[in-house]
Amino acid sequence: MSAESNQLDPHTWVKSHADYLYAYAIKRIADEEQAKDLVQETFLAALERVDRFEGKSSERTWLTAILKNKIIDVYRKKSSGLRKDVQAAEHEQEDFFEQDDGHWRTAHAPQTFGIEDVDHLGKKEFNNILQMCLQKLPALWMAVFTMKHMDDADTTLICSELKVTQSNFWVIIHRTKLNLRACLQRNWE
Amino acid sequence: MSQLKRIQYNCKKATFLIEKKMLGRITFREYIELRIHLLGCSVCRIYGKQSRIINDMVRQLFKSSMPGESKLDENFKKELQERIEIELNKN
Repeated sequence: MSAESNQLDPHTWVKSHADYLYAYAIKRIADEEQAKDLVQETFLAALERVDRFEGKSSERTWLTAILKNKIIDVYRKKSSGLRKDVQAAEHEQEDFFEQDDGHWRTAHAPQTFGIEDVDHLGKKEFNNILQMCLQKLPALWMAVFTMKHMDDADTTLICSELKVTQSNFWVIIHRTKLNLRACLQRNWE
Repeated sequence: MSQLKRIQYNCKKATFLIEKKMLGRITFREYIELRIHLLGCSVCRIYGKQSRIINDMVRQLFKSSMPGESKLDENFKKELQERIEIELNKN
């Protein structure tokens, strides 16, 4: 299988890797058109640097690395600028805690809602809710959260790629989880 | 509200430390204070448990390839391979 041999064969790229790369992209950016464009750009960029392929990784790993960099570019572009989506998301959680002492407000306090049942792991219905909630996150938060959880990227690397400070990184991680958890509790049935 | 909850941390801070502890490092002092907070705060204990599960689920979601979903249509793929062939022939 070409996916496992360390040689490049562009004639079979689409057949062997297009669906895989598309699935990889769609999970990380949740935009079908953009994901398609990225797959195409990945192959075209890869063609330009076939001569730099050293065979140290598999064809698929090599292509995925190119795609990954393109996704980070998308994150960077989406999360720069006014960041109005961040303001909206921050506004959403203003009511979560009491202003003076930081205690949970009763209406927003986490309650058990069935997520604790391990049987739900990997279930399709749950994945759909999870993806819907992930898509509601501001672009910058989604980028930070995705890079940390999905790709296990180093915190320092994420901070430099997305131009956030270390302390802001942890604030984002915290805020993302607050909104994500609340969204899951709201939509879980 | 029990007195314990008022000591050391509020829940906003406690949940922040829960997140930081899962992915990075917190100081020994923070660790002790978080433990004390969690002893007295059942809501944050629920939060911590759910948060951990969410991390696992997110990881699982992005690891699985979910066959059948997120597939490209055949026309797009055909055109894409043709495009690649054109580029290959240029060289």
